[in-house]
Amino acid sequence: MLLAIAAATTTLTLGLAIHGVASDPFQSSRETTAGPDVTAVIMPDPEGGAVDPAVLDGLTGADGVVDHSGPYPVAGATLTHGDRTMDVQAVGRDTEPAAVDRPAVTDGDWVRGGGVVVEAAFAEATGLQVGDPVTLAGRSFEVAGIAVTTALVPYPWTTCLVHCVLGQLPEGMRSAPGAVREPGTVWLTVTDVEEIASGPLSYVSYLKLADPDDAQAFVDAHNQDQPGAPRLEPWQHTFEQVTHLERNSQRVLTTGGWLLGILAVASVAVLVGGRMADQTQRVGLLKAVGATPGLVAAILLTAHVAVALLASAAGLVAGRLTAPLLSERTPGLIGAAGDPALTLRTIAIVTAVALGVAVTATLVPAIRSARTSTVDALNDAARPPRRVGWLVALSSRLPVALLIALRVAGRRPRRVALSIASMTVTVSGVVAAMAANAQLAAQPILDADTETQRLGELLLIITVTLIALAAVNTIVVTWATVLDVRHASALTRALGATPAQLSAGLSFAQVLPAFVGAVLGVGGGLVLYTAVDPDEVPLPPVWWLAALVPGVMLAVAALTAVPARLAARRPVAPLLQAELA
Amino acid sequence: MSSILSTRGLTRTYGDGESLVRAVDGVDLDVAAGETVAVMGPSGCGKSTLLHLVGGLDRASGGEIHLAGRRVDQLTERALARLRRTDVGFVFQAFHLMDELTVIENVELPALLAGRSPRAARARATELLRRVGLDAKGDALPTALSGGQRQRVAVARALSNEPVLVLADEPTGNLDSAATLDVLRLFEDLHEAGQTLVIVTHDERIAATADRLISMRDGAFVDETRLTGGTTGHLGALAGLEG
Ligand SMILES: Nc1ncnc2c1ncn2[C@@H]1O[C@H](COP(=O)(O)OP(=O)(O)OP(=O)(O)O)[C@@H](O)[C@H]1O
Ligand SMILES: [Mg+2]
Repeated sequence: MLLAIAAATTTLTLGLAIHGVASDPFQSSRETTAGPDVTAVIMPDPEGGAVDPAVLDGLTGADGVVDHSGPYPVAGATLTHGDRTMDVQAVGRDTEPAAVDRPAVTDGDWVRGGGVVVEAAFAEATGLQVGDPVTLAGRSFEVAGIAVTTALVPYPWTTCLVHCVLGQLPEGMRSAPGAVREPGTVWLTVTDVEEIASGPLSYVSYLKLADPDDAQAFVDAHNQDQPGAPRLEPWQHTFEQVTHLERNSQRVLTTGGWLLGILAVASVAVLVGGRMADQTQRVGLLKAVGATPGLVAAILLTAHVAVALLASAAGLVAGRLTAPLLSERTPGLIGAAGDPALTLRTIAIVTAVALGVAVTATLVPAIRSARTSTVDALNDAARPPRRVGWLVALSSRLPVALLIALRVAGRRPRRVALSIASMTVTVSGVVAAMAANAQLAAQPILDADTETQRLGELLLIITVTLIALAAVNTIVVTWATVLDVRHASALTRALGATPAQLSAGLSFAQVLPAFVGAVLGVGGGLVLYTAVDPDEVPLPPVWWLAALVPGVMLAVAALTAVPARLAARRPVAPLLQAELA
Repeated sequence: MSSILSTRGLTRTYGDGESLVRAVDGVDLDVAAGETVAVMGPSGCGKSTLLHLVGGLDRASGGEIHLAGRRVDQLTERALARLRRTDVGFVFQAFHLMDELTVIENVELPALLAGRSPRAARARATELLRRVGLDAKGDALPTALSGGQRQRVAVARALSNEPVLVLADEPTGNLDSAATLDVLRLFEDLHEAGQTLVIVTHDERIAATADRLISMRDGAFVDETRLTGGTTGHLGALAGLEG
């Protein structure tokens, strides 16, 4: 129980902690680098001649522009480092810092003749380091520095300043002649850019507006859809792209957190219910010495609330420790995602959830046990089994193992509901993770993409936790059931059921709810994923989903086999001799 | 008369060394077809253990058991289960009915476990309930019945698969006198119908209705009395006692 709540609160903490940090690194990076509000690019007609950078000057004088830098020349080129060759867009810059867009050098120095500065995410993906010798369009350079900018989207979703291709070209489309593929960004001196250029140059200008919020409006007003006109992009576009990943992982984490929370409630309820059955006698004693039902419930509740507090503390600490691992620095930004804060709000929410779990899980059994008559409790009369008439009638038509399974299940409808719920939640989570994975795989992504890897790892962690919790839950429920039906089992064997039939029956009693849960979960997972991510829903391969249901059933059968077999082989005589049925 | 059940040197021990308990210690028992045998003795002398061994609920530490001409002490668990299902019917002191099943569902359960069709099992259960005088209670839950009625249901259940041997362990131990009489009459009916019965009891009145009375002490038989005369006489006396 401690573990279940702790695991759930850990994930919840992660989700909430990451919630707060997503936008911060971008904003701080933007301030540090004097990020432009609008980027204006003009590219040469691929078929024809050069463009006139003066076109961009028309914009720098426009209403609302308070400052600007550029136009700077940009050339597409091939960069060679050792035996690796990559496409880059080389931006010509002054050696002096500009008024708008001052890339923050995180290592080495700013541009100089013969020295290139590499965009940080590109450097990280390619392993380029300060001092490395590189060749650009056949000319030798040295990596002078590594810098972060917010003027364009970092590698690999680089904002193209020259004709370029990202990902796969759609069928039937040809890339423009001279276009670069999936370029990284490097900065050179203007002279160096002009020297390596093999054709007409592009030009880029960075504009600062009086009010950054007007960027979109400014772009709408000045974008002309005609050849030779500059292309404008507001800073929000870069922001969207950069934080896309954080928003994704945050969604994954919070959804995962909720799923784990629900699952934790389910397992805890079963655990507490089981323990409560053991405690019935103690409750009887308490009542016999004069404790009121309220007092009994209060005592039980206190015990579990203490456990919940302990567990949520453990979860908070664990979550706090793991959060930085998941949200490690986003390459291409400075000061990045660093320390997800453990705000008071996070602590409050997590603790509240843990307490809610404990209270919910305790209330039902506590009230029930407090209400049981003192005499019954002292006699340890177990919770009387439920009768589900139609199930009994139906089961009499089935083979012996299924007959036993249905009747065992029918005795405890609430426990079956819990099993179904737990399995639904787990399978939903797994399906949602699978869908998310399918989406990741479907994206036009480069092999060097560390961000996708990170998201994938995150999904994996949550999936593994979900499955682990479900496994624990299944085992706990099976034990609870086995103990609960030990009299009925002994009797069934005395009446002639073989151990094999009985153990199969006990296993089936878990597998049946698992089946229902798995089927519901597949549906639920798709709904969940659609709800979280309404725009883009690539389905995971159908056979995966189809394989999931029998897979779950096999897993549950395997998990329950041991307890069921043990229970079915216990000698029956001692149980039947007990004076009480 | 031929023996339906015979044991030779039947032994069951618990623990070992200092704490060795000889619950059943070299018992030779022969029960003829149609015979009713009562086993009496002080608490802890091994009566229940003996019944469990004979009925395949427990395994002997030594000795032989022959049931209906078959040696059964070395059967596999599975074969033992089949034996309990087809050859033996149990009646327990605590009834051991399933509370979530109706009376008729309890009675038909062994037939279902034996793989009979639901219809055949139901028909047999209805007939048995009529036989124990509870045909009106088929759809009631056991908790709605008196102790004597519950034990009659348990007897009906024991007869479900027409066993060659019915074993009853203190069937009236939890019952008051009136209910005891009820159950007693039922056993007598069974006896008259030719059913072989072994009944463990503390109740002299029950023992008096048997063909034979065996006394047990410390796991072994110490005395055997062949009772004669119609049991009806005893019953009549009992009924008189009641009045
Ligand atoms: N599982 C066990 N482990 C150890 N000893 C046992 C076990 N079951 C029974 N015994 C011992 O075996 C002996 C015979 O027990 P059994 O239950 O057969 O007696 P009984 O004649 O049925 O008694 P009662 O009249 O009280 O029902 C007793 O001494 C008992 O303590
Ligand atoms: Mg006994």
